[in-house]
Amino acid sequence: MKDILFGAKGKLVGWLLVFLILAVLPPLTTSYWVTLITQMLIFGILAMSLDLLLGYSGMPSFGHAGFFGVAAYVVAILSTRYHAGFWPCLLTAIVLTIIISAVYGLLVAHSKGVYFLMITLALGMVLWGLAFRWVTMTKGDNGISGILRPDIGLPISLKDPITFYYVTLVVFIVCLVLMALFVRSPFGHSMKGIRESESRMRILGYDTWLHRYLTYVVAGAFGGISGIFWAYYNGFVSPHDLELGASFELFLMVILGGPGTLVGPALGAGIIVFLKNFISAYTERWLLILGVIYILTILYAPQGLVNLVLDLVKRGEKKGEVEEAS
Amino acid sequence: MGFLLTQTLNGLSFGALLFLLSSGLSLIFGVMKIVNVAHGSYYMLGAYIGLSVITRTHNFLLGLIVGSLIIAVIGLAMERIFLRKFPLQDLPQMMLTMGFALVFRDLALLIWGGDPYNLPSPAFLIGSIDLHGVVFPIYRLFVILIAVIVAILLWMFNEKTLVGAKLRAAVDDYEMAGGVGVNVPLVSGLMFAMGAFLAAFGGVMGGPIFGVYPGVDFEFLPLAFVVTIVGGMGSLKGAAVGSLLVGLIDNFGKALVPELSYFTLFAPMAIVLAIKPTGLFGRG
Repeated sequence: MKDILFGAKGKLVGWLLVFLILAVLPPLTTSYWVTLITQMLIFGILAMSLDLLLGYSGMPSFGHAGFFGVAAYVVAILSTRYHAGFWPCLLTAIVLTIIISAVYGLLVAHSKGVYFLMITLALGMVLWGLAFRWVTMTKGDNGISGILRPDIGLPISLKDPITFYYVTLVVFIVCLVLMALFVRSPFGHSMKGIRESESRMRILGYDTWLHRYLTYVVAGAFGGISGIFWAYYNGFVSPHDLELGASFELFLMVILGGPGTLVGPALGAGIIVFLKNFISAYTERWLLILGVIYILTILYAPQGLVNLVLDLVKRGEKKGEVEEAS
Repeated sequence: MGFLLTQTLNGLSFGALLFLLSSGLSLIFGVMKIVNVAHGSYYMLGAYIGLSVITRTHNFLLGLIVGSLIIAVIGLAMERIFLRKFPLQDLPQMMLTMGFALVFRDLALLIWGGDPYNLPSPAFLIGSIDLHGVVFPIYRLFVILIAVIVAILLWMFNEKTLVGAKLRAAVDDYEMAGGVGVNVPLVSGLMFAMGAFLAAFGGVMGGPIFGVYPGVDFEFLPLAFVVTIVGGMGSLKGAAVGSLLVGLIDNFGKALVPELSYFTLFAPMAIVLAIKPTGLFGRG
C-alpha cells in the first residue's frame, strides 16, 4: 500500500493527478481562485529556485528576492517605457538576471554558512537600494505601474486571466521538471555531497567552488523567470517586491514546506500566498502573523511540513516491519 | 574644502552610530554564532521607546536609559526563552530572530503608527558651531564623542576585566572555555543583552539625526551587516574600523552620487571580501 502511495510510480501518478486537477480547475471555480492560484504558482517557482540553494546546497541566500525583483523591473521598464513585447522582455530579463547572479556568485561562492547569509543579505539590499534610489530609472518608491499583459506572438494573448493561468502553469511545470532534473543529475548529487561535507568532496577531486557558483547562477535564473511573470501578473512593481521582508517571506515558504524537497517549497509558497491574501482581507497585521508562523515553524516543524509527513510515514513503516517480524 | 569637512564630519557621526549598532551584532556573533536579524529592530524599538519617554518627560537622558534598558531585557528574554533551545545551530537561530524582526516591526507600526518622528535633541546640544566657515550641528559632534567613549569602555571591559577575559575565551573556543569553568551560557546571555542595549542606545542617540520611522530597522540592518563583514565578525576593532569606513563611504556616496548610494557600499565590501574573506580583523 505504502509502495503504491510513496514509490516512484505512485509519485508520478500523484503528480499527474495534481496537475490534472490544476488544469481542469479554472472553469470550475471563480476568477478569484484562478488569479490566486496563478500567484501561488509564480511564487512556487521562486521558492523552488531558493530551495536549490537553501535545501540542496546548504547556501542560505538572503538576497534571493533581488533576482526576482531585477527581472520584474526589467520587464516593467522595457514594457512601459519602450513598449517592448513579451519575447524581448523575457530574454533581456533572463540575460540580465544571469549576468547579475554571475557577478554576485563571484563574491559569494567561496563563503559559507553565516558569512554567505550576511553577504547575500547585503547584496540583495544593494538591488533594493537601486530600485529605491535610482529614481530616474525605477521611479523610486512609487514603483512602476501600467505593465500590460502582452501577446506572446502565437494565437495566445496573456490578457485573458485564464490563458495567463495556463501559461503560468505550463511554465511552472517546465521549471519544476528542469529543477528536478538538475538536482537528480550527477551535478546535483555532487552538490548534495558538498552540502554534507565539502572537504571530503574536494579531496575526491570535485571543484566545489564551481559547483556552488553554478548552482547560485542557476537558482538566480529561475528566480528571474518567476519575476518576469510576477511583473505581468501584478502589472506593477515597486521596491517592496525585493525588500528584506520579501526575502524573509520567501525564506519561510521554503522552510515551512520543507527544504530539499522542491515540492515542499512550492507547497509552502502556496500556503503563504493563500494566508497572505486571506488574512489581509480581515486584518492589517499580516507581518505579525508571518512572524508568529515563522517562530512556530522553527519551534515545532523545523524540517518543514513535507519532511514531517515523510518522517511519519517512515516511522509508520518501521512500526509495520516490527509487527510483521513479531 | 567646506564640503569636504562637512561631509567628513557627517560621515564620522554616521560611523559613530553604526559602531553602536554593529559592535553588539559583531560580539553576539563572535560568542554565540548567532546572526541576529532582529538587531535593526532593537535600534528602531529603542528609538521609539526613547521618543515616548522624552515627549512625556522632556528628559533626553531618561529616554536614553529607559529605552536601552527595556530593549536589553527584551533581548535577554529572547535569548533565554527561544534562542537557548537551539545552541550553536546557526540557521534555526537566525530564522527565529527573523520571525522576531517581523513581529517587532508590526508591533511598532501598531503602537507608534506609520508617521516618521524626530527625537528632540537635548537642550544644551541644540545649535551649531562654526569651524572656519563650516557650520556643523553640535549634536553630531556629541554623538561622535559618545561613541568614542563607548568604544573605550567596551575595549576596557573586553581587555581589562575578568568578564571580558571570559568573553574572549568564549569567542576563541566555546567548548574549551566551558571546559575550564567559564559559565558560557551566562556570558552569552549577558553578551546578548549588552548587544541589544547598545543597539537601542544607538537608536535613541541617532533619533535626533535620522529620526525613527517604520522601515528604519531593515534600513540599518544591512549597513550593520556590511560593517561586520568588512571589519570581521567578533572583533571590536573590526567593528570600529568597519563603522568608520562604511559611515564615510555611505555619506560621500550619498552626497556625490545620490542615485547609486547603496551601490557605493558594495565596492569596498567586494574588495575586502576578495582580499580577505573573513574581514579586516576577523579570524578564520
